Amino acid sequence: MAELAHIYRSLFRIRRVEEEIARVYPTDVIKSPVHLSIGQESVSVGLCEALRPDDAAFGTYRSHALYLAKGGDLRGMIAELYGKATGCAGGKGGSMHMIDVAAGVFGSSAVVGTTIPHAVGYAYAVKLRREPRVVACVFGDGAVDEGVFYESLNFAALKRLPVLFVCENNGYAIHTHQRLRQHVPDACARATALGIPSERIDDGDVLRIAERAGAAALAMRGGEAGPVFLECMTYRWKEHVGPGDDWNLGYRERAEAEPWIRNDQVARLATLIDAALRKSIESEVEAEIADAFAFAERSPFPGPDALHTQVFRERP
Amino acid sequence: MSERDQSYVDALRDAALQEMERDPSVVCFGLDVDDPKAIQGTTRGLALRFGSERVFGTPLAEDAMTGVAIGMALAGLRPIHVHIRMDFLLLAMNQLVNIAAKSHYMYGGHVHLPIVVRSMIGKSWGQGAQHSQGLYAFFMHVPGLKVAAPTNPHDAKGCLIAAIRDDNPVMLVEHRLLYPHKGPVPEALYEQRPGRARVVAPGSDVTLVGISHMLVECLQARAHLAEKGVSAEVIDPIWLAPLDTDTIAASVAKTGRLVAVDNGWTTCGASAEIVARVVERLQGTRDLRVHRMGFAPTTCPPTPSLEKLFYADARTIAAAANDLVEGRSTGWLPEEQPDADAIPFRGPF
Repeated sequence: MAELAHIYRSLFRIRRVEEEIARVYPTDVIKSPVHLSIGQESVSVGLCEALRPDDAAFGTYRSHALYLAKGGDLRGMIAELYGKATGCAGGKGGSMHMIDVAAGVFGSSAVVGTTIPHAVGYAYAVKLRREPRVVACVFGDGAVDEGVFYESLNFAALKRLPVLFVCENNGYAIHTHQRLRQHVPDACARATALGIPSERIDDGDVLRIAERAGAAALAMRGGEAGPVFLECMTYRWKEHVGPGDDWNLGYRERAEAEPWIRNDQVARLATLIDAALRKSIESEVEAEIADAFAFAERSPFPGPDALHTQVFRERP
Repeated sequence: MSERDQSYVDALRDAALQEMERDPSVVCFGLDVDDPKAIQGTTRGLALRFGSERVFGTPLAEDAMTGVAIGMALAGLRPIHVHIRMDFLLLAMNQLVNIAAKSHYMYGGHVHLPIVVRSMIGKSWGQGAQHSQGLYAFFMHVPGLKVAAPTNPHDAKGCLIAAIRDDNPVMLVEHRLLYPHKGPVPEALYEQRPGRARVVAPGSDVTLVGISHMLVECLQARAHLAEKGVSAEVIDPIWLAPLDTDTIAASVAKTGRLVAVDNGWTTCGASAEIVARVVERLQGTRDLRVHRMGFAPTTCPPTPSLEKLFYADARTIAAAANDLVEGRSTGWLPEEQPDADAIPFRGPF
């Protein structure tokens, strides 16, 4: 029950944070392109159930969910969206470059596929130092198109590095479906071909994702098991970037989304925990969100001096 | 500790070896760093000494391996990534420009990336279009990257040590023709710190700034000019980013004439940057004449008859400097002499 409650809290928190982002977005207080994870929360939440605080995670420009699930600071996240000095990157990153080193969130990139080798390099250091840690590498189906995907997976397999590759497959690279981009639209087959055990989870089931990620992570902590590849099918409910719907664009049918909406993991987990507990979780999360937005509102913008700082790290 | 003559190759190898002895977080990798040729000897013995986890050859994957270096640095290692030709860095531009250069800033100072990227520029013996490019201006353009182009064994060792110890990404640009050059190198560890140029030879009539291997050509040009009664001051910038504008501008304030000679193209190049900075600094304070030299605005041809014309050399530099001093096109060109670097360097690589 404790575990289910934890999962529900994480799912609900991400959903509500992003709904709140979408709600305030038209007021222009958030001057940052936002790629919302609404509908896709179960991938990050399931994955992060398998991770420890000192494990590392690398994400994509659609990483609000990963950042929060991994333990990233909510105040810092919202302040970053507002461009405030108190943001997790001091207003210099924005929505696409969320970071919280203390929580093991090592950033994300606007360039698809770019962070995959970072996870691999991080894992190389982990293995070199014989640490019982796991590195999670989250990317979309679009990244599977990129050359760096193959180069990175090959090296991770060659060196048997503790990387949990998670393809968060929402079917679309912006507006172009996977079947229009890949002759063989099967990410698992590609990972398998590179010598990495792979598994597809078709339905976004957060408990199954947590279970499979947990098994992979446990094996890796022993230090000898190499990388594992999980392809988690999911569905983006909102437009590629921004707070709205995009059914009007015509590149996808609303009917395609229906099974995913019916299978919403936030709603599902809500039914699996005690009603009173659920209520207390929800009120705590709402209070935390209200606090984070208020914090962002009242925080100052960076001063002009900040423009020129942090180009280089000065010698301590 | 003592100072003795050492080759550029051995100075680079010793810098890596001594730093890896000192700091267990330093690792070294790249295509062929552990093969029998060991990047012309610059990585010889490192794998044997430090093992295959700290020193290893890689798959042919410049893009991912640059990203791997970034991930290593995020985890606290200090990687040295070696490329046997600078041309291959074009496969790594996304990681270098979009991530390595930007992470410290983009992540609000929460991470830093102590990465060294060594790469070699080829020349002569038919290196041709894709084994000859001096592309450091690309990297000078981007805030967040440091670029060094040492021209002698002493600075090669000092720049590599400084690069390893720097908490930011540093591109170390080496020229193949400099590898056999010998010179005094201290045995001790020392740093050739970023942003400090050196006046290599004094003069009063014209300032020659020679980048990378062009420094050698500038020194020869200085000798030609002396025969003509023209006194040239020669400056080695050593670091291109940050660039020591003060030292160069101080020289030009004295001579009034500047020839910036690059081992790359002049358009938007390092020579253009040097000239622009000096003119911005000194305009209005005295009469100035400036000139850029570099690669011909063509692709590098492999055939010797054309390749010779592609590069600036001591004679063309001397001629250009003399014309600048005279204030007119004199038509003077020094007598042809054997190329000093042709003697130690034989092909094929």
